[in-house]
Amino acid sequence: MKALRNFLDKQKPQFEKGGKLEKLHSMFDSFETLLFVPDKVTFAGAHIRDAIDMKRTMITVFVSLIPALLFGMWNVGYQHFLSLGQSPDFWTMFFYGFFKLLPIIIVTYGVGLGLEIVFAQIRNHEVNEGFFVSGLLIPMIVPADIPLWQVAIAVAFAVVFGKEVFGGTGMNIVNPALVARAFLFFAYPGNISGDKVWISDKADAFSGATPLGNALVGNFDNMPSVYDMFMGFIPGSVGETSTLMILIGAIILLITGIANWRVMVSVFVGGTVMGLLFNLWGANDYMNLPFYYHLIMGGFAFGAVFMATDPVTAAQTSKGMYYYGFLVGMIAVLIRVFNPAYPEGMMLAILLMNVFAPLIDHYVVESNIKKRLKRLKAVSN
Amino acid sequence: MSTDYIISKGIDIRLLGDADKTIVDLNAKRFAIKPTDFVGCFPKMLVKEGDEVKVGSPLFYDKYREEVKFTAPVSGRVTSLVRGAKRKLLEIIIESDGKGESVDFGKKSIDSLSREEIIGKMLESGVWPMVKQRPFSVIADPKAKPKSIFVNAFSSVPLAPDYDLLVEGRGEAFQAGIDILAKLTTGKVHLNISGKKTSSKVFLDAKNAQINSFSGPHPAGNTSVHISRLDPINKGETIWYTHVQEVVAIGKLFLNGKADFKRIYALTGSEVTNPKYYRSYLGACITNMTSGNIKGSNNRFISGNVLTGEKIYKDGFLGYYDYQATVIPEGDYHEFLGWILPGLNKFSASGTFLSKLFKNKKYRLDTNLHGGHRALVMTGKYEKVFPFDIYPMQLLKAIIVEDIELMENLGIYEIDAEDFALCEVIDTSKTEMQKILSEGLDLMRKEMS
Repeated sequence: MKALRNFLDKQKPQFEKGGKLEKLHSMFDSFETLLFVPDKVTFAGAHIRDAIDMKRTMITVFVSLIPALLFGMWNVGYQHFLSLGQSPDFWTMFFYGFFKLLPIIIVTYGVGLGLEIVFAQIRNHEVNEGFFVSGLLIPMIVPADIPLWQVAIAVAFAVVFGKEVFGGTGMNIVNPALVARAFLFFAYPGNISGDKVWISDKADAFSGATPLGNALVGNFDNMPSVYDMFMGFIPGSVGETSTLMILIGAIILLITGIANWRVMVSVFVGGTVMGLLFNLWGANDYMNLPFYYHLIMGGFAFGAVFMATDPVTAAQTSKGMYYYGFLVGMIAVLIRVFNPAYPEGMMLAILLMNVFAPLIDHYVVESNIKKRLKRLKAVSN
Repeated sequence: MSTDYIISKGIDIRLLGDADKTIVDLNAKRFAIKPTDFVGCFPKMLVKEGDEVKVGSPLFYDKYREEVKFTAPVSGRVTSLVRGAKRKLLEIIIESDGKGESVDFGKKSIDSLSREEIIGKMLESGVWPMVKQRPFSVIADPKAKPKSIFVNAFSSVPLAPDYDLLVEGRGEAFQAGIDILAKLTTGKVHLNISGKKTSSKVFLDAKNAQINSFSGPHPAGNTSVHISRLDPINKGETIWYTHVQEVVAIGKLFLNGKADFKRIYALTGSEVTNPKYYRSYLGACITNMTSGNIKGSNNRFISGNVLTGEKIYKDGFLGYYDYQATVIPEGDYHEFLGWILPGLNKFSASGTFLSKLFKNKKYRLDTNLHGGHRALVMTGKYEKVFPFDIYPMQLLKAIIVEDIELMENLGIYEIDAEDFALCEVIDTSKTEMQKILSEGLDLMRKEMS
């Protein structure tokens, strides 16, 4: 380690102000801090600090995504071979998915991190680790066969217009990973909606409809079993299918205290309440679908655990989190059942509530202010 | 018995290096008063280098409030006036002659004194700066009429000194101090003790004050927490507050007619070989505590505690309001892949390090920042260590954009920079919150005056 440290110390002056490679400072800096936690010490305020930093936070989210990611890779292979009527061994299926996903992941990180470094350099900031997670989320919420050039454009759009124009990580209004998905959804719908795209290299004769696709057209006889949906043996976006694996991720996020349980729980509560309301109403077959189907179909669980909980774009007050999460869950189910154009409502529900989160917070903070003014009034009377 | 208020939000940071409960004489030679300890004070000197002073001789006064005088804690000679950038006065150093000669301020029975006489005597003797006020945490305005006075009889900071020990054998003076404070307000004197730690009769049997007890993790001992639970402060109101050794000093002044700046200090921290208590006077130099009593060579010396204290040199002086000195290792090293390691010896309020599994572990923490500065990304975390009905991040942002009205509405009068110390510690983005708070409070104070 000493040798590596010495090497870095030797190179460093070149990247500092006035050095030959000054323009690459942010890149060098991100690489250096990746290898070594900086030697900066506290200057003002508290003399000791929590060992957690943005890198630790993001790596924790990264780890929590791994179960769903690995399962997703296997499932891509499984669905592919299932459609062909074959059943090869576990590793064949896994590596089929692995090699499908790898290029998407590489393109996402390449484009995303490249842009992040450019912006960090322009702004003279350190590179923010936010894309660490976004870069893994994006490949998990698209179909495995998505064309790479589309991914590249979507990622560039998300990073620039979803995040950097607002001032970078921490300032953005909507979740950048979902911006990428929404971009794909509206720009290239042929590759991210319908019945054809959810199974990689599907045999034509095989129905590739997702449970949501089936539900939307009233094809309830072809719905997979609850067990299959919970475990994730269904077609869909790469990371979203297995509720079980997502719940493992949720447990990691909650134990480490990285994600806020208030948001997560209230999304599920919101979905449940809306599902139950529809059950009571019961005007058509879709409304009669047991409420828990909504929680295990499509991207509901994935969105609730990994997307809605984004601390930047969610509501930021404890009280606001309940309203925000609840509405995300409700609206997602509402869109699914009512809107014939969108089989899945989770993405739109989260994006919509991202936009409204500051408003929710505003009213929560406003009520705190009112309480304070009331107390003042009581005293001065 | 008193009401017990339970504070649930907060966190106790367990550090190595608690002081042993033994008190020894420090025999310090040099003492200093640091004008920088007094927020908003602009010192006008009354002595020059080489002048002889007695205990209670005036050293300087505040340009903006001329009646507030600052006096010598020991008798001896003013050896130097240390100035910093732009000739700002940093330290007035006095070399003690060991005789302890005092200025006589006259003795009278406490009952016969009027409020004005009391305040006048405290101002004259230099004991007045020991009483501070909210909002803004500055020296109390002698003209103000506080709605109540808070006396803090315990501390919940890491490695906090045991306040019971600080008043041992000084019970009479403490009670006299409380009696004096009771004459300064039309409201109550609140004596706030720890539900768990306080056992001294001096506190438990104190008269002329309402005794309240507080339990729970830090910041249960912060004055703002006590005020928020007992007598919330509104715009335009004033509350005075102080701590126990200050109350003893006030009591002594009126019992003996002489200013008495005795202090007991705790020397704490993981790098101290023999952490214990020292008997000395206000503003003592720490050299005699630390020489031969420190492990390693690359350390940070702090006057005060690790959360709110001030960095000093190893031959520096204790601050006016501090009861302890802390020595911890500096953290100026690069750690290879530190952000990815399991982290058994790392402190974190989050659950992302394995150390979380050992609840009662005591840490040897250094001053490393553990990461670079980032935007405020991890929202919703500060509330866990912030037991006020205030939105901490929203208030911080209001201060950053200098929105006076919003700061006021969000409750800036109710808090002090120290209340943000824990938010600052657990902050993922490494924002210097106490500094922002101090600037916000400063701005408000100037707006109001």
